[in-house]
Amino acid sequence: MSENHTTSHEGESHGSYGSYIVGFVLAVILTVASFATVLSKAFAFWQTIAILAVLATVQVVVHLVFFLHMGTKSLSQRQNLAAFIITVLMVAVVIAGYLFVLWDAQMNMMPG
Amino acid sequence: MLGKLTLSAIPYDVPILVGTFIGVAVIGIAVLAAVTYFKKWGYLWREWLTTVDHKKLAVMYVILGLVMLVRGFADAVMMRTQLALAYAGNPGYLPPHHYDQVFSAHGTIMIFFMAMVIMQALFNFVVPLQIGARDVAFPLINSISFYMTLVSAILINISLFVGEFSNVGWLGYPPVSELQFNPGVGVDYYIWSVQISGIGTLLTAVNFITTIVKLRAPGMKWMHMPVFTWTAFFSCIMILTTFPVLTVSMALLALDRYVGMHFFTNDGGGSVMLYLNLIWSWGHPEVYILILPAFGVFSEIAATFSGKPLFGYATMVIATGIITFLGSIVWVHHFFTMGAGADVNTFFGIMTMFIAVPTGVKIFNWLFTMYKGRVRFEGPMNWIVGFMITFSIGGMTGVMMAMPAADWVIHNSLFLVAHFHNVIIGGVFFGYVAGLSYWFPKVFGFKMRDVWGKWAFRFWFVGFYVSFMPLYVVGLEGMTRRMNHYDNPNWHPWLLVACVGVFILAAGVACQVIQFVLAAFDAVNKKPDALDLTGDNWGSGRTLEWSLPSPVPHYNFARLPVVRGLDTFHIEKELGRPAPLAELEPIHMPKYSAVGPVLGACALVIGFALVWHIWWAVIAGLVVSFFTVVHRSANLDIDFYVPVEEIRADEEAFAKRLAAAQAAE
Repeated sequence: MSENHTTSHEGESHGSYGSYIVGFVLAVILTVASFATVLSKAFAFWQTIAILAVLATVQVVVHLVFFLHMGTKSLSQRQNLAAFIITVLMVAVVIAGYLFVLWDAQMNMMPG
Repeated sequence: MLGKLTLSAIPYDVPILVGTFIGVAVIGIAVLAAVTYFKKWGYLWREWLTTVDHKKLAVMYVILGLVMLVRGFADAVMMRTQLALAYAGNPGYLPPHHYDQVFSAHGTIMIFFMAMVIMQALFNFVVPLQIGARDVAFPLINSISFYMTLVSAILINISLFVGEFSNVGWLGYPPVSELQFNPGVGVDYYIWSVQISGIGTLLTAVNFITTIVKLRAPGMKWMHMPVFTWTAFFSCIMILTTFPVLTVSMALLALDRYVGMHFFTNDGGGSVMLYLNLIWSWGHPEVYILILPAFGVFSEIAATFSGKPLFGYATMVIATGIITFLGSIVWVHHFFTMGAGADVNTFFGIMTMFIAVPTGVKIFNWLFTMYKGRVRFEGPMNWIVGFMITFSIGGMTGVMMAMPAADWVIHNSLFLVAHFHNVIIGGVFFGYVAGLSYWFPKVFGFKMRDVWGKWAFRFWFVGFYVSFMPLYVVGLEGMTRRMNHYDNPNWHPWLLVACVGVFILAAGVACQVIQFVLAAFDAVNKKPDALDLTGDNWGSGRTLEWSLPSPVPHYNFARLPVVRGLDTFHIEKELGRPAPLAELEPIHMPKYSAVGPVLGACALVIGFALVWHIWWAVIAGLVVSFFTVVHRSANLDIDFYVPVEEIRADEEAFAKRLAAAQAAE
């Protein structure tokens, strides 16, 4: 059991200097772009919101790929990815469900 | 010093409780005295209480589950006899406040401390053996899981004699569970025992998902896994996604009660409906958490006792996955009447009906497994046939209640009570009992007397129909659940029948007790035909656990098996076992540890102290827990190697037994 009971590092990708730097540069670019979008006041209100939402989503993906090492290359990366997707799916289902149900009840019951 | 705890919390003026206490005390003292007399304390501590061996933990889970089954069943007998008596002016023998505690305790115990406990027993015993692992991924955490479950069960039983238990049903709906309407400690006992057992269950799920993903034997692909392991896997995924919701809803309720917050109160902006959504988005998946492993048990048994491979293995796996997902998006069908609109109710009603499809697939798969097989109606097979009939009826009344319009009429009635007992007894309970009798020889190395198992089944099967079919009738006639007494003359005969039913069920429980006692008797007397020499007790085992000697050695597999396909042991029996290629090597195993019992004791102190607001004890318990974990983390002496000589001796003894068994044939 020794191989199973110690923390195993086989097949895991812990990234290289290169990938960390790429991730860092991408994260900085996305952050600067977000600030620039707001500070430049070049866009209308809802356009700004939309752009920020897109930038934030890309930022999340960058963090997941470059810093949390999600991906499809090795077995453990795929396992992490699968666990992450299932988690996000279940949380999304529950939150969307609550909003749907409670909003609907609110509409119908009109509590004070 | 003792918070809210005073002498007046001891209910010495309630004769039923005093009698129970005397009974429990006498049995408890007798057990303790026996252990002392036979000088077994050291053995008990070294070999059992500190164990991290998944097989011994499984045995302890089973004992806990069966004790709690008897406790919960006693509550059931009290409710049925109360309703048989409390008619037309007769108040019965249980005053309403006590009766409310009895039904709350019955539900809480049967789900959290009977069903969940026996389910974890089956996971613990079967999963590592089926996938060819030597233990679970985190053996110590496994022991901690057990102790969290054990102490929460103890906590709920303490409520019997110190203070009171929750009187608001097994899910503690606010606002009636709020401090305003429930200033006593009953709901607090409920909250903390559910919280502590939830920790144990969650750790079990983490442990088994890791075990199944990481520790499968060489060559075992996902689609080579036995169906029980698959169902355990999906069940653990549901635990992992939904038990945190239970923890949060209990925590919010506790904040309401302890520090005056307003999450679920009537005033101050609280939302009762939020609690219903939270608790049922755990509570509905919970019933699938329970039933999926039972489906797994039936799949193993149907194949073994029909002498055929399971029909539709892939569809079985896919159906389990679909049930896992659909089970998570149907929670609103528990409160169609909350006031949501037709669109919400329609969505959740249709999703609920959809679940009948994958479940139907499974039922047909079992039928087709039996079709043209050489079916042997031994004990475990009885339960599966009873299950298929009973569960199908329960499933159909479930689809009836999935129609929001029909639910509007029969919700909160005894029709509902009959429905969920129909699926929980007919599905979960029959499944777990079948599993226990199926794997019993593997656990202990000797057999139970099948005839008592068959009688237990007959009483349970008949008793179920006699007790619960009348409840469908009175439910349709408008009798609401949780009623303490009534005046309607139409209900009375039906409730008398139901009361007769509960005593038929009691006969079933008695047969099971006798079966266990006789098995122990046979084992002590070394009755020759009770011994399981080959390890393949039923003669037609298909999965890896049947390739091992019974009882299984503590390291499980002398050599890790090489898996060549689905039902790998069956393949080996047909093609001949491959000559063992690998030389025996010392096996690396975890040492037993006292961390589990210590953390469990701390959790018990913390739980009890939280109920009674004894804050210094809460802090003391947390501090001791913290240093126990720190000490464990710094402890490097946690493992050992099983020497080759010991393994070789076990192997040779097993070879001799196999030869003796073959000679006897």
